[in-house]
This record gives sequence, C-alpha cells and structure tokens, in this order.
Amino acid sequence: MPTMEQHRFRDLEARSLHAGEGDPLLFLHGSAGLPVWGPFFDTLAAKFDVHVPEHPGFGASAAPDWIRDVPDMAMHYLDVLDALDLKGIHLVGHSLGGWIAAEIAIRNTNRIASLTLMAPAGVRLHGVPFGDNFIWGREESVRNLFHDQSFAEQMLARTLSDEEADLALNSRFMAARLGWEPRWVNPALKRWLHRIDVPTLVLWGDDDKLFPPAYASAWTDDIAESRAEIIQACGHLPHVEKSAETASRIVAFLGRK
Amino acid sequence: MQFVCFTLMPYRPLDMAERHKHRSAWVVLPNELYDPEKGAAEYDSYINHLVAAEGLGFDVVAVNEHHQTAYGLMPAPNIIASALIQRTKRVKIAVLGRALPLVNNPITIAEEFAMLDNLSRGRLIAGFVRGIGTEYHATGLNPVFSHERFHEAHDLIVQAWTRPGPFEFESENYNYRYVNLWPRPYQRPHPPVWIPSQGSAETIDWAADPSRRYPFLVTFSAHDLVARYLNAYRDRAREFGYEPSGDQLGWAVPIYVADTDERAREEAKAPIESLFNEYLNNPWEMLLPPGYTSLGSTKRMMKARAALGTRPKHQSVDALIESGTALIGSPQTVREKIEKMRDLTGFHNLVAMLQFGVMTDALAQRNMEMFASEVMPRLRG
Repeated sequence: MPTMEQHRFRDLEARSLHAGEGDPLLFLHGSAGLPVWGPFFDTLAAKFDVHVPEHPGFGASAAPDWIRDVPDMAMHYLDVLDALDLKGIHLVGHSLGGWIAAEIAIRNTNRIASLTLMAPAGVRLHGVPFGDNFIWGREESVRNLFHDQSFAEQMLARTLSDEEADLALNSRFMAARLGWEPRWVNPALKRWLHRIDVPTLVLWGDDDKLFPPAYASAWTDDIAESRAEIIQACGHLPHVEKSAETASRIVAFLGRK
Repeated sequence: MQFVCFTLMPYRPLDMAERHKHRSAWVVLPNELYDPEKGAAEYDSYINHLVAAEGLGFDVVAVNEHHQTAYGLMPAPNIIASALIQRTKRVKIAVLGRALPLVNNPITIAEEFAMLDNLSRGRLIAGFVRGIGTEYHATGLNPVFSHERFHEAHDLIVQAWTRPGPFEFESENYNYRYVNLWPRPYQRPHPPVWIPSQGSAETIDWAADPSRRYPFLVTFSAHDLVARYLNAYRDRAREFGYEPSGDQLGWAVPIYVADTDERAREEAKAPIESLFNEYLNNPWEMLLPPGYTSLGSTKRMMKARAALGTRPKHQSVDALIESGTALIGSPQTVREKIEKMRDLTGFHNLVAMLQFGVMTDALAQRNMEMFASEVMPRLRG
C-alpha cells in the first residue's frame, strides 16, 4: 500500500502517493485527479519507486495563481524534479497528465529516462473530432470513459461523500483552467515534439470515446524513438479497465530499454 | 418609477418536438431548425413591439445578448439598438448588456457603445454582463477566467470612454499600445452603466462599490430572492458608507396582465411555461461550466441542487406565479405585487418583459397596452 506524502514547493503544498523501490517512476494523473491506488500501481510498485503526485489545484492540493496553463504546470514539475533531485525517471502520464509529461519532456529530458503516454491530451489530429467532457452530463461522462460498461455501472453506483464531491469539483475547476481553451490542446506542443529524445511508448484504448486512438500517430510521427500500442476492448482509462495488460506493457517497455 | 420594456426576441416558430430531442435550446440545438423567412418576420415583430413602447410611455426600451440559441435572436444586440435609435425619438435605449469577457478586443464594445450614444444623442444605457454559462460553451472561452476578463474589460472600456487618448493599457488579458476612441461617447462622462445579474455576492459587492455605484438589476428570480438581492445591494452600499438611491435598484421580470387573474393565467400559461421549460432550461454542465461562478458559490449551488434532486422540475404557470418569478394577473394584482417589492426594497427600475416565450404578437401588444394604461400610471411619481 502506498503512503501519502506531503511536499512543499515554493508557496504550495502538494500531496503525493508513494510506494515501491527501484528506478523512479513518476505517474502524472489525468483531469479527474489523484487516482485510486489499484492493481495497476501495485504491479508498477513491485519493480519501481512509484510517485503519484496530485497536481496543484486538484483535489486537496492548492491552486496557485501562477499556474494558468499546462506549460506553467510543466515548469512547476521541472522545479519539483530538481528539488527532489531524481534522476533516470520513467515518466508516465495519463490524458491531461500525458500532456503535462510531454510538455516537461520537450523542455528538458536530463532527468528523464523514458516517457509513457496513455491516451494523452495536448495534441490534436485535425479533422478527427474528440469528445466534449465538459458538456457531457455525469452519467454520460462516466459511460464514455469505458468500453466495458460494467466499470461505468460500478462507478455510477457509488455516491460521493460531500468531501469527495468538493475535491472532485476542485479538480474540475483546475482541469478547466488548464484545458478548456483551446480545448485539451496546446497548438505549440506539436511543433516541439521532435525535442523528445528518450524512448517513448504511446498507449491507447481502441474504444476511447474522449480522445480517439487515431491521435496516436500524431505523437509517434514526431518523436524519434517512439511506438504506439493499441489496447483492445478498452476505453479512456487503460490503467483501470485493462490494468494488468497496461501495467505489463509498461513493465515490458521499461525492461527492454 | 422608471419603466423599461424588454424582450429577449425568442425564436417562436421553434419545432418543440425537435427541441426535445436535444439537451438544450442553446449551443447544441441544430440551426437547421431556424427558418430565415420566419426569423426575419420575428425581427420585424420584436422591433415593432419595442418601438410601440415609446408611444405607450415607457422610459426605456431594452435588448440583450445571447449566443447560439433559440432563446434569443440577438447575438449582436447593438444592431437592434441601432435600428431602434432610428425609429424612436425620446425613449432611452438599454443594451442589457454586452458580455464583456466573450470578446478578445473589448475596445470594440467601447467603440460601438460610443457610436450608439452619438447616434442617439445620449439616449444609450450600457449594460455589462459576463453572459450566462452556456456562452462559454458557445464561444469556447475559458469560464475560469470569466471574472478576471470582465473586470479588466470593464476598466479598459471605462478608461477608453473617459481618459484622454491615446493612452496605453496593460492587463493580464488585454494589452494595447494605443487606446484612442473615435468617436468619444456623447454623454459625459460616459453612458450610464447597468449591471444585470442573478445576484451573486461578488457582483453585488463590485457594482455597489462607491467608485461605481452601478444600477443593479436582478433577473428572473423568485420574489423573495429578488428582495434579498436588492436589499443585499442596499446593505453593501451602507457598509460602503452611502445610501443608494432607488435608481440603483432594478428588477427584471416577465409580466402579463389581462382583465382578470384567471384570464391572465390562462393566456400566459403556454408562453411562460415555454420560456422556463423549453427556452431557458439547461443542464447543469451547460449552465454552470467550471469557474463561471466561484468555487464556494458553485459548491453551495450543488448542495442545493442535490437536495432538490437531479432532474430539473417542470415549472408550471402556477408555481411561477406563486414564487413571484413572473407577475401574471389583473392590473390590480400585478400593481400590488410591484408595490410590495417597492415597499420591501425601494427599487426604482422595473424591467418589464411583456413578450416572452411563444407569446403571439397580438397578446404581447394587448399586454403592453394594458400594462401601460392600467399599471404604469399609478406607479409613477
């Protein structure tokens, strides 16, 4: 089981989940906030020193006004990596977290050994529309996250406590700050993907209703040492819906290099 | 009391069966449902309605701005204001208002308002709003920065109207090397600014500030809430150390009068129910995008909503009369309700929406004539 750690960077306090030993692996979460620690993370923590920080502004972590967009968030994480003095990091990001990871990597890969992007936001393939998770209602949003609707049923059956609902709303506000306009994309990012000079794995569910898997090529076309792997019968949350397969693909990728 | 005749210009020929296939009459309602022939006739009707208000003794005629919706056909209200200026002589023209955060160059709003003020020789009232939540879906603008953009755009516009140009303007969202308005506004120092609002504490605090003292209009709320918000403005002004005048307090409300309460209720039923249930009703995600209201306000609203249940309730004419959200009845009934609000709050600006929802031209005309002859005179003075 992970421990919850509290870090202080400049004027902000941020929470972070931590478990395992080995080479450092930093997991950057998506727009829903700090993930539930499930089998996916246990598998990774069996081989790596896994850190899952809560992004500033999400859940219980403060939203500093000096983070207005994803490039600001990336600069913040570069500060964090310096402060923790981590080296040889395996950087893994999901959705919004994948976008942040890529913005970090185009700036500086000195501390980064590899990059794994799971259904990342941040780059758009023109002419291929994506879902609008800000206009979807709650049930629609949850259903559109999964291929296998039994996961959605399970999530919808849970009622959030007042505190959980408040934390979720904090995350939704911060996600909007970072991703509302232009929606889930930084047009400049694609222009600099060639700067990513570490081995990169792009993972995508074949039935992702938010960001279609066709977007994978927009990443692999521009990152030299990169490959895309499509996970069958899977929606936008591979680490939840196909946790074992997704974890073993990442472990295999990190073992190969 | 000052009387304002206002219409939203809803698209009445809307196919309601088609409307129900979509989550809202805003943003996602396919525009194939708009028929330009019928729409052009709608503009004629509504402009005639507002022009007639001058002859009936209203002090102000008013229009407003909404985007991508059958709820109102005025994405560019200044165009209607310009037409009204040409067809009226005395009446003031209020644009209630322009949605400041939605434009990337607020100087265009300062310019257009200055033009209208000149064209009308000082008959313009300039309203400033943020737009409702749906506008942030319609325009793609980030609702999280809505308040910030509103305040910066407001400062820019007022400075453009009042500071000798050219001058430089710098802010987070708007930066100009040259601000130098041609034409300047006709009125000195600038056209009156009104703030329509749904009553957020932040807006009340900002509008009542002694440096602004902007007239504040509560729109589309239950009677008790209207009284609470208007009195909150008064209390805030007193905390700022001054006594607000009734001219700073306004109430925007759908009104329908007929000979008897029963007849008014019967004739207003379809129009008022269409306004609230077909045109205005929006899912939570469209009405309150994240950041549109502060985190604290949003949390309070979500808890209130959780208590009410997730399905929006059908709003019946009786419920809307009962809550005082709409004033529907005989001239005496309606007059008494307005007097009651005046006694409770001292408000002075009544923004009367005398055409709403699917109400026909004939009923709208009879309504405004009866309101003007049977209700307005006794409330004056």
